[in-house]
Amino acid sequence: MSVLVYTESENGSFKKIALEVVSYAKAIADSMGTSVTAVSVNGGNASELGAYGADKVLEVSNDKLNNFNAEAYADVLAQAAKAENAQVVVLSQSANAKFMAPLVAVNLEAGYVPNVVGIPESTSPFKVKHSVFTNKAFSVTEISTAIKVVGLGKNAFGLKESNGGAAAESFSPTLSEDDFSTKVVSVDKATDKVTIADAEIVVSAGRGLKGPENWGMIEEMAEILGAATACSKPVSDMGWRPHGEHVGQTGKPVASNLYIAIGISGAIQHLAGINSSKVKVVINTDPEAPFFKAADYGIVGDAFEIVPQLNEKLKAFKAQNA
Amino acid sequence: MKILVCISHVPDTTSKINFTDGDTKFDTAGVNFVINPNDEFGLTRAMWFKEKQGASVHVINVGGPETEPTLRKALAIGADEAIRINTPATDGYSVAKQLANVVKEGGYDLVIGGRESIDYNGGMVPGMLAKLIDANFVNTCISLEVNGTDATAIREIDGGKETISTTLPLVVGGQKGLVEESDLRIPNMRGIMQARSKPLHVKEAIDANAETNTVVFEKPAPKGAVKLVDNVDDLINLLHNEAKVI
Repeated sequence: MSVLVYTESENGSFKKIALEVVSYAKAIADSMGTSVTAVSVNGGNASELGAYGADKVLEVSNDKLNNFNAEAYADVLAQAAKAENAQVVVLSQSANAKFMAPLVAVNLEAGYVPNVVGIPESTSPFKVKHSVFTNKAFSVTEISTAIKVVGLGKNAFGLKESNGGAAAESFSPTLSEDDFSTKVVSVDKATDKVTIADAEIVVSAGRGLKGPENWGMIEEMAEILGAATACSKPVSDMGWRPHGEHVGQTGKPVASNLYIAIGISGAIQHLAGINSSKVKVVINTDPEAPFFKAADYGIVGDAFEIVPQLNEKLKAFKAQNA
Repeated sequence: MKILVCISHVPDTTSKINFTDGDTKFDTAGVNFVINPNDEFGLTRAMWFKEKQGASVHVINVGGPETEPTLRKALAIGADEAIRINTPATDGYSVAKQLANVVKEGGYDLVIGGRESIDYNGGMVPGMLAKLIDANFVNTCISLEVNGTDATAIREIDGGKETISTTLPLVVGGQKGLVEESDLRIPNMRGIMQARSKPLHVKEAIDANAETNTVVFEKPAPKGAVKLVDNVDDLINLLHNEAKVI
């Protein structure tokens, strides 16, 4: 028996979401009286996971798995789940984890619940709360299969340090040609920018900025804060910013610690997408903008006056608190 | 090429979300249902394959008779035939099993679904379907070309995109990018008239139990009022000392 957790790495070290899913798996394992086994594909140092509660780390080292491949990775995880007699399999909600989780679930004939927001309300029967209707509601859902697959929303649990042994073991899955019938030909990823998925802070702007030429101050704020940049739907539809920056119901979800919305009125579809961010700040000229009802802090005023001031003060603040 | 587009029947994006029956059922009163936006991008791309490459396009939904207007809209946009599997869509896994049965029988080369439905946000049906029928799978697909049995897809990843080469049979989880917002089609009167006489097949469901069931729905706790400040120093101070996020 065990709780199995899939841990993602980048450039040889574990991502923060990997530490979060391990923390979460540890909490489930404790309530079930069992242990945590992590699966790491060409990943970081096992002891990093031990610090958050992993008892064992199955290390898969295979050059064929250098590029993410959902089918092959799902096979690795399912084989590990069987070898470890896992009752619960935990993944994050990164793009890759969302890609592979349904494949893992079918492989294990397991019910799958994504967008989970907390530890299970009970483990027998297994009931867990997750967001639905793009954060406009939650569902407490019971999974009735023998094995359960859950996808933990980013920032939904946080990091909890705990001492697991993290005994590293090499794991060699059986992979076939079929696992590689989709091939990655090329990857186009900005390596010098924080992604919306990984960002602690997201700086987002909308039509209030009047044109794409005015995004310099937004990018500057993002750079000062180490944040990702994002935008509203109309801005991406008009081609002012790339689609990948569109956040909202039909765009990307944002679950950052801080979301700063500049010149975005706050249409219901936009608010749904950013609802799981912890702290929301809005800067808008219109005091009646719906975003003010959804925000924690706000300034009513012109972005073209406020943002440059804010950038100067943030720079000074960062210099002082570095 | 035979294409099947999976159409989820969902509340439009402006809907108020409420529940009935002791918070166990979604309250459909006054709710306007539409084609799931992610599916509509896929349907529109399918129309391109129909017009440029002579593909046939069928659309499918798992649900009761109330979903038929949504399927008729897909026919009015230009799909050739529609299929409704006559059973409530209870969870992603059981829906995928229902679809797998039809895809196997129908010999489809390409199945296009949405990255996720905007109601339950499961994001699992296309992937589960692909695994069940042993087809290739590309999720968060933002571009798709098919040449013979070879397919080239671009997938959105966190912080960028990647190009994937694969083969049919293929299932994709699509989203905006497959076509642009401006490419979406509003059915015209001719399309609407034609849709009335296009086949809409109702199929009985196979035995497939839901493996996940909602026990109860909850609404988020009401939010406190916004704190308005009139200068950036106060804002930085609050974010640092009160919210502790910078």
